Amino acid sequence: MSAEAIAVRVPGRSFGHDLRAVKVVLHREMLRFVSDRTRMLSMLLQPVLWLFVMGTGLGSLVQGAIPGIDYRTFMYPGMISMTVIMTGMFSAASIVWDREFGFLREMLVAPVSRGAIVVGKCLGGAIVAVGQGIVILAMAGLVGVPYSPPLMLTLLFEMFLAAFTITAFGVTLAARMKNMQTFFGLMQMAIMPMIFLSGAMFPLANLPSWLHVLTTVNPLTYAVDPMRQAVFAAVSVPPEVDAMLNPGVQWFGWQVPIPVELGLVAAIGAALLGVAIAQFRRAD
Amino acid sequence: MTTPAVAVQGLKKTYGKVEAVKGVSFEVAPGEVFGFLGPNGAGKTTTISMLCTLIHPTGGQARVAGHDVVTARDQVRANIGLVFQDPTLDSYLTAEQNLRFHAELYGVPKSLVGERLRQVMEMVALWDRKDAKVMTFSGGMKRRLEIARGLLHSPRVLFLDEPTVGLDPQTRSAIWGYINKLRHREDITIFMTTHYMDEAEYCDRIAIMDHGEIVVVDSPEALKASVGKDRVQIHTPDEGAAILALRECFGLEAAVHEGAVTFAVASGEEFVPRLFAELGLPIQSVSVSRPSLDDVFMNYTGSTIRDAEESGAGNQWMKAMARR
Repeated sequence: MSAEAIAVRVPGRSFGHDLRAVKVVLHREMLRFVSDRTRMLSMLLQPVLWLFVMGTGLGSLVQGAIPGIDYRTFMYPGMISMTVIMTGMFSAASIVWDREFGFLREMLVAPVSRGAIVVGKCLGGAIVAVGQGIVILAMAGLVGVPYSPPLMLTLLFEMFLAAFTITAFGVTLAARMKNMQTFFGLMQMAIMPMIFLSGAMFPLANLPSWLHVLTTVNPLTYAVDPMRQAVFAAVSVPPEVDAMLNPGVQWFGWQVPIPVELGLVAAIGAALLGVAIAQFRRAD
Repeated sequence: MTTPAVAVQGLKKTYGKVEAVKGVSFEVAPGEVFGFLGPNGAGKTTTISMLCTLIHPTGGQARVAGHDVVTARDQVRANIGLVFQDPTLDSYLTAEQNLRFHAELYGVPKSLVGERLRQVMEMVALWDRKDAKVMTFSGGMKRRLEIARGLLHSPRVLFLDEPTVGLDPQTRSAIWGYINKLRHREDITIFMTTHYMDEAEYCDRIAIMDHGEIVVVDSPEALKASVGKDRVQIHTPDEGAAILALRECFGLEAAVHEGAVTFAVASGEEFVPRLFAELGLPIQSVSVSRPSLDDVFMNYTGSTIRDAEESGAGNQWMKAMARR
């Protein structure tokens, strides 16, 4: 047996220490994701099914109505957001999992700020979601979207923003949740309508007014629309088809510009992050 | 004067109308192994959770490693190691990854992490399994890994909540081996809870807890001495005559237990010569045993720990509250 114990002196709380905590929580998120092949696969399968099965089927139906564009090109940005949203939510769900299996306690008794843990979790969720999104990005060519670097970079950035916000939303939900079933029930209830109303599946032009109102108050709309605008700017579409499929979002007749949409998503993300941190502070 | 490792004054926790902990006070000296002994539902876990900053006390004060558990939570957290009743490992990560996570979270200086990690893992004999996922570990291995993790940041106080519950006897004694090794190698105070009498024997001092209160605090030896009487068992060909003779010569009430005439008497060893001189009956063998902690528990609470556990079954929800 070695004689002397190595004495470790734990330093006081500092910004650097919190940063290390953010990094390690994030790192764990990635390790977990990489080791869970089933989850990776199932997360990918869903949008692929939507895109190539649903998209092809529906596409043949609406072909006449939208000359000059593949319906799947329209669906593509929607499917990117769907992948990102599902992955982000699943990352958030791991908090409930951690609580059930005790690991959350290991994190909560550590001498680090709750903020560091929540930020690490949200960043981890966002990065994992972007990773999934990249796989969908790689399929761009199959649905007639060009691999132009500016487009890809724009989409990456928008994906990250959407993923961070949705993970923050999920973490806020998960903060008080004690079991997995409740969380998934709630998640289904919140996510399905949000996806339906975001313009991911069908264009938001010419909707009945009640539906139109719902789509404008849906925060996801502002995450999906910038991606669609980016994609449509990169492909050549007849103007009348563009107007139908890519109408943008209007507030009382005012066309909301992309930076405002992105700013809105970022602001919601920041607000949700604040709520999530407050929830964890209150919990102890 | 050195500051006590743990100092508790009138610590209280109530859930609605239920008083889980009814104002306990005690001190633990640095370097001590201090045990909380009591049946399930006695308030041990609730007390330990308050000391670990996991739940807010309803009243009273507690200082751990010199820091207040309410106002200086982070300082308390940096100075304690925890091993809970239920595992808190990430079973999808490897043993080493779990420990590295902990080191980062506690801000262990980077230059020391590798060395320290190896040291604590070797101590619990898991170094050769460091790359295995925790889900492949047995219950005992998980507990050992948690002990290693609890030590990683060189805490001043290590809290062990029922560290051996649900483990087989062999693993239990191995874990006690590590804990003993630990006291000699590291400058550390150990605070543990248990409801195994034989484990309480390893402690320097124990506090017997029942119904949210501390009944008595002392060293196991002193507690046993306070019970006063030793247990004497004699084997003799004529048990009936022996019982009668004991009553007539010494005024002692004896009965046959475990195939031997058994009775309780103060300072049993000094009594044995008198027994041979005065009983006037042939004796084949004599054994004298000190009172056990079971006798102590019985003496102070009026019930055996097993009886107390059965009646305390309704307190399980309190534990669930404390666990969170």
